[in-house]
Amino acid sequence: MQTLKEQWFGNVRGDILSGIVVALALIPEAIAFSIIAGVDPMVGLYASFCIATIIAFVGGRPAMISAATGAMALVMTSLVKEHGLQYLLAATILTGLLQLLFGVLGIAKLMRFVPNAVMIGFVNALAILIFMAQVPHFLKEGLWTYLFIAITLLIVYVVPRFFKAIPAPLIAIVILTIVTFTTGIDLKTIGDLGAIERALPSFFLPNVPFNLETVMIILPYSLALSIVGLLESLLTAQIVDEMTSTKSDKNREARGQGIANIINGFFGGMAGCAMIGQSVINVKSGGRGRLSTLVAGVFLMFLIIVLGDLVVDIPMPVLVGIMIMVSIGTFDWGSFRYIVTAPRADAFVMIVTVLIVVYTDNLAIGVVIGVILSALFFVATVSKVTIQQRGTTYIIEGPLFFASTKSFMQTFEQIEASSITIDLSSSHLWDESAVGALVKVIHRLEAQHIQVNVIGLNPASQALYNQLSGLTINH
Amino acid sequence: MYSHILVAVDGSDNAFRAAQEAIKIAKLSQTSMVEIVYVVNVEKVKNELLRAGSPETMELARQRKIAPVEQALTAAQVSFQTTILKGTPGPEIVRYANEKQVDLVVIGSRGLNRFQEMVLGSVSHKVMKRVQCPALVVK
Repeated sequence: MQTLKEQWFGNVRGDILSGIVVALALIPEAIAFSIIAGVDPMVGLYASFCIATIIAFVGGRPAMISAATGAMALVMTSLVKEHGLQYLLAATILTGLLQLLFGVLGIAKLMRFVPNAVMIGFVNALAILIFMAQVPHFLKEGLWTYLFIAITLLIVYVVPRFFKAIPAPLIAIVILTIVTFTTGIDLKTIGDLGAIERALPSFFLPNVPFNLETVMIILPYSLALSIVGLLESLLTAQIVDEMTSTKSDKNREARGQGIANIINGFFGGMAGCAMIGQSVINVKSGGRGRLSTLVAGVFLMFLIIVLGDLVVDIPMPVLVGIMIMVSIGTFDWGSFRYIVTAPRADAFVMIVTVLIVVYTDNLAIGVVIGVILSALFFVATVSKVTIQQRGTTYIIEGPLFFASTKSFMQTFEQIEASSITIDLSSSHLWDESAVGALVKVIHRLEAQHIQVNVIGLNPASQALYNQLSGLTINH
Repeated sequence: MYSHILVAVDGSDNAFRAAQEAIKIAKLSQTSMVEIVYVVNVEKVKNELLRAGSPETMELARQRKIAPVEQALTAAQVSFQTTILKGTPGPEIVRYANEKQVDLVVIGSRGLNRFQEMVLGSVSHKVMKRVQCPALVVK
């Protein structure tokens, strides 16, 4: 890993330029994600500033961009609707504390237990939810809304082919806001969704009663937010690692996400995490170091101060168009082929993860059930033991453990021969059940005066057998 | 003759045919060396990682794409080396070829279908236009 100095100042020019590009690209998304969460756009913008700035110092993956995200916004929607912003801020602080704790406990190792079928399900469900969150904003809103969404999509997909210096979503916002303003077309704007207060972020305690009831309200959300946030952050960190051919400290990143969310919550921001899209933009624009993330945060604050008043005039259809683009970019389009070509169990887990998320509206529940389901499938797959009989020799193929001992024992229920051999050279005894099953088979057969030879135990299995059975094999 | 031949490989049949042509040319001279270049498209890393599950599987998947070409070069007894680059495939090949001042670039055409080509533009065409050395596009 690079030294701290390299992480900060190894790529100054590239980092400053890419940081500015990312700040410009963050604005439309931070506003749109605020609207998904049901909060004032400033809450998302402040969060993006806070998180990006803090994570530049405490994160584990230089050049990764963290801010307000769609995944987190979707989890918090119902909390905001039922209890309001203050509870969201308290939940954000608790999320940070949990993430910090997970980081200290070494959560990064656990990422290995999230199989790719679940990750694919996660991003697909995320894309579907982001799209579904847009539907109320365009359904039955009239022809102009549809037209503006179409023009936005045209701009974000066509302009980058010819002009890359400024992120296309921002170009769409600026052009279409001006068009709406000058022509007086009657479109819903962000201002129509509710009053916007604009003040510099300041430190304050969330205005919630400090009691057990509050904790019980926010805890389920904080738990879900911390899982979703860490999952997306660690996936993004892997992507940035791969793009830049460098390594990163995943547990430090988890702790960093926690610290960033704690401070962010006290400054009135909504919980956030790493963003795949923005991090890819950053690296592609030449960002490699921590400086790029810091510049993105600081320049974003500058833009908020300068442009803050104009936010209310942005027409909603433009944001809807940008979110449709984000949702298309998030969806893993190779999934359709994956469903056909992947092992059946994987395809099933992926689809179930998506369905659960869409049904419960909660990304965390989908991920947890997906992980449990694939663990069960894994056990089912490895617990297949085949037993070949050659004369009086029984060759056991496959590991013996709690889930696979039953078929093993059944094989030896009716033996006619006076002496048999059990060949375990293609097997492995994993646990007490395995040793227990073997001992039981031997005892039962010997009670029937059948001689049993056990051969081919590998050293680890032999050691376990000796330890657990309290005797040595000498039949 | 061409002493340093760059052949771009992406796992497609066209790329394999390009490699076969590169072998024919390399065989003409004792001093020819073929450099297999595989570009990891940084924009597709997300999908690649999701599909593979872990960085190791991802590298294995890449290795599978390069292996047939390496095998063909070994069988033809042509000396070669493999380079893996990261970036946007077209421009990255151009940058590398120009930087290393290779003598010939061999690239397969039509890795994309017609629609993809319309939207994304033909990679081989862009490479052919911008490299500062002879280029061979193999159909």
